[in-house]
Amino acid sequence: MAQKTYAGITIDVNEEGYFTNPSQWTREIALEVAKELGITLTDQHYAILEFLRNRHNSGEALSIRSINHSGIIDVKTFYQLFPGAPLKKATKIAGIPKPASCI
Amino acid sequence: MMANKLRHHFSETEWKITIVEKERDHYYQPGFLFIPFGYYKKEDIVKPIRKFFPKEIDFLSEEAERISGEENKVILKNGQTIDYDILIIATGTRIVPDDTPGLKGELWHKKVFDFYTIEGDEALAGFFKTWEGGNLVINIADFPIKCPVAPLEFAFFADDYFTKKGIRDKVNISYVTPLSGAFTKPKASEMLGSLLGRKGINMVPDFFLGEVDNSGSKIKDFGGQEIPFDCLVTIPLHSGDPVIAKSGLGDEFGFVKADKNTLQSTVYTNIFVIGDAGNYPASKAGSVAHFQAEILEKNILDFVNNKPLSQSYDGHSNCFIETGYGKGILIDFNYETEPLPGTFPYPLVGGPMKLLKESRLNHLGKLGFKWVYWNILLPGRKLPISAHMSMSGKRTD
Repeated sequence: MAQKTYAGITIDVNEEGYFTNPSQWTREIALEVAKELGITLTDQHYAILEFLRNRHNSGEALSIRSINHSGIIDVKTFYQLFPGAPLKKATKIAGIPKPASCI
Repeated sequence: MMANKLRHHFSETEWKITIVEKERDHYYQPGFLFIPFGYYKKEDIVKPIRKFFPKEIDFLSEEAERISGEENKVILKNGQTIDYDILIIATGTRIVPDDTPGLKGELWHKKVFDFYTIEGDEALAGFFKTWEGGNLVINIADFPIKCPVAPLEFAFFADDYFTKKGIRDKVNISYVTPLSGAFTKPKASEMLGSLLGRKGINMVPDFFLGEVDNSGSKIKDFGGQEIPFDCLVTIPLHSGDPVIAKSGLGDEFGFVKADKNTLQSTVYTNIFVIGDAGNYPASKAGSVAHFQAEILEKNILDFVNNKPLSQSYDGHSNCFIETGYGKGILIDFNYETEPLPGTFPYPLVGGPMKLLKESRLNHLGKLGFKWVYWNILLPGRKLPISAHMSMSGKRTD
């Protein structure tokens, strides 16, 4: 298994750089993962990262559409916060697996 | 399916089975894909639903207004109330084009079509008959959708159809998806993605539909991308039946919250769900419901006998993918195992079906499935294919 070091801590990641153990995540680590992706985290970013982590921990599927139900931001703002491929970037920074989407 | 299976286990003096059904007609939904291209007509894929219910059961041709899990009652639109000891929900999923700005605008069923309803299908068939070409854009708004391979099959059929019509050089086909590739799972995504390329179909990944611009004939995503169309074939957002949300049984999209293995509601233990009405991460495909029916039959008997639910659904799904020119691909997968190449269902004799590979037999398998659906699956008879996925015949290298 691959490993990467963020904020002085060694993290287990998969070949695409997604955390394989979400419990290794901290806010400081998120800051560095985000920097790699060219994103500077704000409180609004952190709020959505917490939302995604909670949803993942409760076993619910993640989708871009579910952001509209987060009560934090809408999809348009989600794209502004994590430009390009927001769900892929946000889950990487949140230390949870890349969403498999539904099959 | 469940009524046909369960009636054999219950004596009529002890148990009563009631079906509440709002529709009069039952569509063979895999047939929806074939209508826009004139391969099937409406009458080829529809039968009166009554025909498939056993005579011993009570049939109510009514719509449910609400389910009261607290009181074990289903309240119908006509005010009637039905008590239950066990409730099986099979309300399915439906498209909700109204949830995307502009999608159901002035171009709806004129230049913008769905093929998930008979109305969209027939309108599109009419449009294609006289269309002389331009930008054909196939777009999936977001997942989950019913039959996730159908949009790909649509793209392959369109390539075949316009080639045979002699205007393929005038039709520019784009496949626009919110996913990063042609499919969600790596091996199948790679195979299907290269097939799209070979057929000259342009794939646009990571596009999340924000709105449809009717006056400019464009789709726009939240990231600022715009794609012009002369004909838009949309797979709109999907939701569960409104009765689920009204009854407090569903997630935010109206899909019934249920255990992905036992198929039991996570809100009330005497409520079960089958098929695309559930929120479990299984494909919203017909084969899923057929495999689940065998699991659910046994779990309901366990529940009746006060035993722990013994059967676990593994997410097994099995889909034929039409690729045009009389060929098809077969995929077989579950919650844990992605579609893999190999043979199906009998590995020792090499198939006869090939997995994740184009063949003529896979196409014939899909056509033959219509007969199987009406004559074996709906009447609750058993198919000689295990409800659980088997690794036999699959190659993992």
